[in-house]
Amino acid sequence: MQALLDNRDAVLSAFLLIIKLTAVSGLFALVIGTLLAAMRVSPVPVLRVFGTGYVNVFRNTPLTLVIFFCYFGLFTNLGVRISDDLNRNNYWLSVIGLSVYTASFVCEALRAGIQTIPVGQAEAARSIGLTFGQNLRLIILPQALRSVITPLASVLIALTKNATIAGTIGVAETASTMRDLINDNGDQVIAIFLGFALGFLVLTLPTGYFFGWLARKVAVLR
Amino acid sequence: MRGSVLYDVPGPRARARNRVLSVVGLLLVAGLAWLVYSRFDAHGQWDGAKWKPFVQASTWTTFILPGLRSALTAAGIAIVLALAFGVIFAVGRLSAHRWLRWPSGVVVEFFRGIPLLILIFFASYGAPFVLHRDVPALWAVVFGLTLYNGSVLAEAFRAGILALPRGQTEAAYAVGLRKGQVMRLILVPQAARAMLPVIVSQLVVLVKDTALGYIIAYPELLAQVNVISANFSNLVQAAIVVGAVYIVVNLALGQLARLLERRFAPGRLSRATVAAQDAVIASTMGRAG
Repeated sequence: MQALLDNRDAVLSAFLLIIKLTAVSGLFALVIGTLLAAMRVSPVPVLRVFGTGYVNVFRNTPLTLVIFFCYFGLFTNLGVRISDDLNRNNYWLSVIGLSVYTASFVCEALRAGIQTIPVGQAEAARSIGLTFGQNLRLIILPQALRSVITPLASVLIALTKNATIAGTIGVAETASTMRDLINDNGDQVIAIFLGFALGFLVLTLPTGYFFGWLARKVAVLR
Repeated sequence: MRGSVLYDVPGPRARARNRVLSVVGLLLVAGLAWLVYSRFDAHGQWDGAKWKPFVQASTWTTFILPGLRSALTAAGIAIVLALAFGVIFAVGRLSAHRWLRWPSGVVVEFFRGIPLLILIFFASYGAPFVLHRDVPALWAVVFGLTLYNGSVLAEAFRAGILALPRGQTEAAYAVGLRKGQVMRLILVPQAARAMLPVIVSQLVVLVKDTALGYIIAYPELLAQVNVISANFSNLVQAAIVVGAVYIVVNLALGQLARLLERRFAPGRLSRATVAAQDAVIASTMGRAG
């Protein structure tokens, strides 16, 4: 317990970094994932194939490998440099890795959401004379958005936990901070572990309950 | 093109527009490919010597396949333990006794809510201080994988059992089975069958997560990238090839899961399968389904 209190600045900044990584990568992942989902449901074969390929590649590759590649591949070997400040550079390389990886899960969540809508909904909408835009705006998207809340929240929470992998390329996040604290305070291992675990439960449980509540509140009865 | 919610079967004008979009899409993809190509070219990554090791059998037999075997070993041990963990805590959470239900719920929620890496670091760096002996990297990885995936599977199992038709339980009670017998003889076996596709899909997650072992120096597949590039100084190529191995293995597992879904979960069991799959999706949330 003492070790956590003595190092509370390091611990708090580690958790702050996790929140920052999650927020920034989540935003990028949402944008890329939405584009990919649009590609995968588009009537254009080239885009569909690209979207499918992207999702298959990134969903089946370990995130550790993606982030490893961002650092050793993009930065060290291919000379992709985002900032001259090493810390900032590592942070943004992690954001790239987390974003491109998470985007494939966002894409699948959105696509699954669109697929839960019975075709009859769109057919009925067309038959009463709604245009494509009206159909999308009034019938499909309102239903799709409600059904993707749960899977998207699940992706967000997974991202929060995955952000710890940024520690492998020298971002001072929670897992690496915990490791250092443990190595310096061998007598307080359990307390340190429980402290960090509690920190994550504080981040993930309320998020889960909130989105679970939201999903039930706006659920479409079928 | 099959029917889609989003658009009708295209007419002549839509087909013309789609052709234009196809060309634009093709140009965009080609542009992206060229960007990657030129970046590789500028840093000499197309050098044949960097790719050649991967057409030699020795690279595969000394580095990649042993790495894959270590990864699959960890995943294999962990899935078996996670299954046992999952069944015990799913049944515990469904128990009629509060003193059993609550602790089971707390344990499952706890391990689902914290990052795998924190668990693995605890086992690898923390546990030696408590146990006064070293924890081999393999067991640290297995420890984390088991607790996390066991909790996910527990939720899936619980949802699967709850989704079985009520008549099963009622009929079992009607023929005079006791509570424990109903669970053990009627519900768990049926849920287990419906769970098979879910278990195999979870195996994909496990195989991917073994890569975390690299961080604590477990010599799995990702760690081989470093070993290979130390020999041939071809890190980019090694990472790409190893990534492809992961993708092939995981796509095959995904295919197997779909196959099992069709074969083992027909009709009434499929409801339990779907419920279990939903529970896995919702498993990182505060509550299942």
